[in-house]
Amino acid sequence: MAILVNKESRVICQGITGKNGTFHSLACRDYGTNMVGGVTPGKQGESVDGIPVFNTVWTAVKETGANVSLIFVPAAHAMDPILEAVDAGIEVIVCITEGIPPLDTASALHTVREEGRYLIGPNTPGVISPPERCKVGIMPGYIHKPGPVGVISRSGTLTYEVVDQLTKAGVGQSTCIGLGGDPVVGMSFVDVLKLFKDDPDTEAVVLIGEIGGTAEERAAEYIEKEFNKPVVAYIAGRLAPPGKRMGHAGAIISGGTGTAQAKITALNQAGATVIDNLTQVGAVMREILG
Amino acid sequence: MNLHEYQAKDLLAARGVTIPRGAVCYEPLEAVITARHLKSEVVVLKAQVHSGGRGKAGGVAIVSREDDIRARATEIIGKRLVTHQTGSQGLPVSAILVEEVLPVDQELYLGVVLDRNTARVTIMASPAGGMEIETLAKEHPDKIFTLSVHPFIGLKPYQARGLAYRLTDDRNIAGEIVKVITALYEIFVGYDCSLAEINPLVISGERLVALDAKINLDDHALFRHPEMGRLRDRTQEDLLELSARKEGLSYIKLDGNIGCIVNGAGLAMATLDLIAFHGGAPANFLDVGGGASEQAIADAMSILLEDKRVKAVFINIFGGILRCDVLARGVIKALNRYGVRLPVIARIEGTNIDIGKHLFEESGLPIQMIPSLDEAAKLAVETARAA
Repeated sequence: MAILVNKESRVICQGITGKNGTFHSLACRDYGTNMVGGVTPGKQGESVDGIPVFNTVWTAVKETGANVSLIFVPAAHAMDPILEAVDAGIEVIVCITEGIPPLDTASALHTVREEGRYLIGPNTPGVISPPERCKVGIMPGYIHKPGPVGVISRSGTLTYEVVDQLTKAGVGQSTCIGLGGDPVVGMSFVDVLKLFKDDPDTEAVVLIGEIGGTAEERAAEYIEKEFNKPVVAYIAGRLAPPGKRMGHAGAIISGGTGTAQAKITALNQAGATVIDNLTQVGAVMREILG
Repeated sequence: MNLHEYQAKDLLAARGVTIPRGAVCYEPLEAVITARHLKSEVVVLKAQVHSGGRGKAGGVAIVSREDDIRARATEIIGKRLVTHQTGSQGLPVSAILVEEVLPVDQELYLGVVLDRNTARVTIMASPAGGMEIETLAKEHPDKIFTLSVHPFIGLKPYQARGLAYRLTDDRNIAGEIVKVITALYEIFVGYDCSLAEINPLVISGERLVALDAKINLDDHALFRHPEMGRLRDRTQEDLLELSARKEGLSYIKLDGNIGCIVNGAGLAMATLDLIAFHGGAPANFLDVGGGASEQAIADAMSILLEDKRVKAVFINIFGGILRCDVLARGVIKALNRYGVRLPVIARIEGTNIDIGKHLFEESGLPIQMIPSLDEAAKLAVETARAA
């Protein structure tokens, strides 16, 4: 089954005629994603290698029945397309854009939550469900393999590293999702864990956290109380000096909160298997699945 | 981007918040003259650096009119101030704020942040100001009151009033607090801040005065506030970190001797952790980004090759959007320009890995390619230790 995106997902790309929008829309289609359209105001009637372009999300939804959107729009203007997608009835919104002013994200997120939709990102590699051949994002599709492990992460390439390890260890994935590296993002670890809990095809979860905020501590609380599947966790940023943004806008230890150690302790106490050596994630998961 | 205390106070004063009388001074003599003009029995000299904990570090001096103000100012201006937040290098003090000292009846705390979990602008207030909010949160969590602001409705008067009356029963003071809360909130939202804080906000007789203020602007929204760019003080930032950012690189200096180049922030942090796990010490965090160009890679490589502390370079790339052939070309370009003075250990994986490998082999440069990340990290640690 996988979560969030599957064979039935009808995906559009907002910003499809831009360089990145075009490249990744086609890469998603190549992987197997059902790319039904794209949106760029003023370019309705054109097509991107056969994918029809519409002026508005509303028209795209009306004409194609789209329910998932992949957003590639410059940071300064990214709040509007998120709201437009919500207004047009899109259920899962994946926002790749990095560098959106946090107050803009926060405002858009308010509407997303009020309308009961899912926002993945911003500043995310996106989401991929290998058993369903559906990829809505910028991750390299070929490193994935269908299987029983769900992957949740705040990072891009670190997720690829872990997925690659899993695949090479013979462990496939149900759905892999990047939450995004910004301080304010749509879906949280807990939101995704809830979906994995109810997904019969997900048997175990890899959780990849990093310094900054308390999302991992909240995940630990949920895992301890509600989650019934094995969790292997890795936390990046043990060496990060306080007060420095480590590449991601959200990866910062401020006033003693958001340290790797606090997250590791919380996850350990919650019963997750916390890995100290990044390169062992695949092997440990292999062992847990037996 | 962080503002200095005096810049933050200027923003507050422009919105009607009372601040102590005073002026920013760049010379000890200027401080003497300013103190004289203030006609205050006691004045305070405050080092203007982007750090908290200035008082404990000797960056704040309270002096009476008879004291040798010039001598005290000379002790601060032109020195580097080392606080618990600055690291051992400290930060240069090029200016001090000279202010009147007021009688204090009570110290309050007021701060505005964007709460990561609720995604709402959150205003925090406490009747127990003066200490850092983190300490306050640990020792007196019951004395912190918060209110959360609806993103589309904004701060309403009843909310500010409600918060004010949790801090005081005095109607006049409450009215003043409402004005300050409103001003601080407007600054936070108006300038896209990541933090706006007045600590302490003091009750001094009938008046409410912002004794210290801290305002940080979010870098991602600076494009909306070009006028704030002139407030940036480059002396308070690491120049290498600043110039790396201009190239789209994210660089942070650390204390070790293994230079690291990685793509992606999460993998870069994890690579540092892996080096430490094997007993090594990274010289830096360097994220070339998900889609770095050949030139950006070459620039990243040059930063490490110029760093005298670096004994070995460790490249860890998981190619996604960034292709391994682009990476290889950038590295080769930099090595050819600077000459190979350091051992280079590379672990590359992902898109176009075969072309990347081939380019490295063909270059004739002594780059050690290790396919296993774990083995590569171990080798980097051993190489740096042996050097």
